[in-house]
Amino acid sequence: MTEIIMSQTPPILHRPSEKERKYDRQLRLWAASGQAALESANILLVNSGAGTVGAETLKNLVLPGIGRFAIYDETQVSEADLGVNFFLDEASLGKSRSKSLTELILELNPDVQGTWYPNEELKTLDSLLAASPVFTIILYTHPISPEQLASLEAYGQKHKTPLVAIHSAGFYSYFQVNLRGAFPIVDTHPDETATTDLRLLGPWPELVSFADELTKDIDGLDNFEHGHLPYVVILLHYLKEWKVAHDGKYPATFKEKTELRKIVQAAARTNNPEGGEENFEEAAAAVVKTVVVPSLPSGLKEVFEYEHTDPVEQRSGFWLIADAVKQFYEKHQCLPLPGKLPDMKAESKVYIQLQSIYKAKARKDAAEVLQIAQAAPGGDLIDPAEVDLFCKNAAFVKLINATSGAATAVKISKADRLKSAADREFAADETAALSLSPFSLLPIYLALQATAHVGESSASSFDADSILASIAAQVPGAEKQERVIQAAQEVARAQGGELHNVAALMGGIVAQETIKIVTKQYIPADNTCVYDGIGGRVQVLRL
Amino acid sequence: MATTEVFPASEPARWLYLDRIRTRPGPFTDPEIFSGQAVAEAMEAMKVLVIGAGGLGCELLKNLALSGFKDIHVIDMDTIDISNLNRQFLFRQADVGHSKAEVAARFVEKRVKGVKITPHNCRIQDFDEDFYMQFQLVVCGLDSIEARRWINATLVNMVDEEVPDSYKPLIDGGTEGFKGQARVIFPTVTSCIECQLDMHAPRAAVPLCTLASIPRQPEHCIEWAHVIAWDQDKPFPELDKDDPEHITWLFQRALERAKEFNIPGVTYSLTQGVVKNIIPAIAATNSVIAAACCNEAVKIASNCAPFLGLPEENYMMYSGNDSVYTYTFKHEKKDDCPVCGQLARDLTVDPSWTLGELVESFAARPEAQLKKPSLRAEGKTLYMQSPASLEEKTRPNLDKKLVDLGLEEGQEIGVTDPAFATVVFKFKLKFTKQ
Repeated sequence: MTEIIMSQTPPILHRPSEKERKYDRQLRLWAASGQAALESANILLVNSGAGTVGAETLKNLVLPGIGRFAIYDETQVSEADLGVNFFLDEASLGKSRSKSLTELILELNPDVQGTWYPNEELKTLDSLLAASPVFTIILYTHPISPEQLASLEAYGQKHKTPLVAIHSAGFYSYFQVNLRGAFPIVDTHPDETATTDLRLLGPWPELVSFADELTKDIDGLDNFEHGHLPYVVILLHYLKEWKVAHDGKYPATFKEKTELRKIVQAAARTNNPEGGEENFEEAAAAVVKTVVVPSLPSGLKEVFEYEHTDPVEQRSGFWLIADAVKQFYEKHQCLPLPGKLPDMKAESKVYIQLQSIYKAKARKDAAEVLQIAQAAPGGDLIDPAEVDLFCKNAAFVKLINATSGAATAVKISKADRLKSAADREFAADETAALSLSPFSLLPIYLALQATAHVGESSASSFDADSILASIAAQVPGAEKQERVIQAAQEVARAQGGELHNVAALMGGIVAQETIKIVTKQYIPADNTCVYDGIGGRVQVLRL
Repeated sequence: MATTEVFPASEPARWLYLDRIRTRPGPFTDPEIFSGQAVAEAMEAMKVLVIGAGGLGCELLKNLALSGFKDIHVIDMDTIDISNLNRQFLFRQADVGHSKAEVAARFVEKRVKGVKITPHNCRIQDFDEDFYMQFQLVVCGLDSIEARRWINATLVNMVDEEVPDSYKPLIDGGTEGFKGQARVIFPTVTSCIECQLDMHAPRAAVPLCTLASIPRQPEHCIEWAHVIAWDQDKPFPELDKDDPEHITWLFQRALERAKEFNIPGVTYSLTQGVVKNIIPAIAATNSVIAAACCNEAVKIASNCAPFLGLPEENYMMYSGNDSVYTYTFKHEKKDDCPVCGQLARDLTVDPSWTLGELVESFAARPEAQLKKPSLRAEGKTLYMQSPASLEEKTRPNLDKKLVDLGLEEGQEIGVTDPAFATVVFKFKLKFTKQ
């Protein structure tokens, strides 16, 4: 017996490679597909100011193995750098900061390539942008000169490269991401518990006959069989009985579902040695969550209703599949079945049969979606694997930054958006104490970005009054708010200097965001995230 | 505000950014407890202990060294594995197999001039209270709940109301994937790790009968190989979860089992994950959580800004899965905490249980999580795990029902566990209605 099995399996059973071992703990999060995306990424960091938050971000991207990076940093390493930046040492003093940073960061991972600028050939940011292969994403730290910022904006616009602005000073920090148009994500990694979709109110013929067969003589089953009916089968049975007793209607209200739960509970046998049945307990517990009419989740609704402005975008794989899923939904009034069956008490054989019924239906639905997508112009290039992934995750597909690229979007200037955000946040603060919610962190953003272009040399711009004057010019009236005044004072205290911990924390968050954007997995923040190192919390604002 | 004087200690040019913040008051600084002149020197004289030199530990050492602390100790008993290199940035390929504490300490000392880092390549349990008494702050970056509970109980026990130095603030971080948490504990004053134990409920174990007779998931097949097949066959004298040969053996047996029941999905990677209970980990999340911990350390050490712990919020939850989210709140101290509370904790039990069933239930209870409990009731020993002679003597009790042992509703029992030698967990029996 052993011999037969051994001969069927290869002698070395897919032991992990050296690389898989090194990256094991992260492959469990974003799998080989995410890793491949990271490894083909080319990231530019435009570094300035105290310069730590950029270095810390890059460290967290080099360790998991991005393909390559470039650092543009015009500064020479000073004493103050050595007190805050881990990727500089005594030998770096007086030298080009971008060169020293690149060398010490490259030590972290021999798989990664890195270059530094300005160098002999490329002396300016503009020449670097003109000469380099296209960057996957650009990170830049404040303060930055308005001219360089304009160059980056233009580059991002032209190449559709996401830009991330990062600012860290004293206890405060924020990042702001510009994703360049609508950014859809299929592989959002929802919580395992949220993904159960059993279609108990819309069972298909194969599922119905499987359940009927097992329960046709439910009272005649012996205790073992009865105690091992999968809860899906139990619920389908009592739902069928319910329908007969209620004019063909399913339980809809919470009260009716509670009633159904009681019926299921009462149907459990108690005259056995265990004094109850675990599978019936599972069934009763699952009633409220799984006896539901399929509905269209808001994230997907946004995808369905999105109006394109860019015809190239519209012909991308994602949008062709999204359109096919929409047609599927309109026809069937439900989404393609994800096909995953949670674990439940059951005999092995029965569970595996039930599992394959769900899988087969999921495959059938995905095939239908694929067929619709292929029929559309440009659909012949659709990757069936992409369709499968979409169908599996359909309920959790998410469109980030949806309004920016949409045809219906009213074009509001950035300045006006900031004003209306301020109105909203300050109004919420009025009632924050009553609703026990924390105060808005918008004042921190306002105070920091008032110094977004101020270098360490111009110390006078760091006094609280100058910061407040600059805020008043952008959001009139805000400068009178107590929390804004405090934030300005706190920013003034730092005078553009970084605290290592705050920079490291923001460097961690920005690296997470970069990984999410590059791998198109998990859900990136939209679009500004402010950290308060005094209160110990973050807030995401849409600005 | 910006004109307030800075009070540097050594190397003013180097610590300029830090000194601006830690030696000058800001709008939120409490002037009653802040003394700018004293801060920098006081921090240089402080001794800080870091527990763990892994994913969080590497970050903690870097952060503390760049926060103005000069005398840091680090404890870790582990050696460096190749799977550490994707995040434990103080280690290189050539360091694999060496002591984490020693390599990490050497690296940070070399990089940050003037910092002394003392490594301890051993278990935290190898030290006594005298050792822990020398530190002013303890920062933990551990992956084991058990080690956290041990150091927590030790620090709570060390508190002597008469001796202000006996209060050691404990800052603790933890991560899993894109999520994590940072918390600050002032032993006996605020909610402690034991008070918060139910925030870290153990994963529900798969019933043995599922493994033995009705497997349905690949994990069931792997657990079967791990728990049942290994014991039957004993292919190696002792299971070494880090030995690829051992994992391969388990993987093959799990695969055979899966084939027999038509269960898809058993892979080497999953086998390793289940057997070792691997928690996914990345550099970015460790960076966030370790920095949050050390930021609190700086504030506590300097009083330059309000910190977590007192009087309100003491716990920050972080998640980067869906956007970026934190929830910072106050976890309340529990009067019935077995470590820092006075009262016995309610223990719901079925009176028809045997003592054996009660003993077994302690491992899975979120509020207990004790793997080797010994039980005493007032005036009598119910069950002792050791010494062997006492175990043998009390073993017959395991088959007796609780009521037959004379245990009553409301009765207090004391539970000890070798993992927490100093703690007697007090429980009050609450019988379920029949």
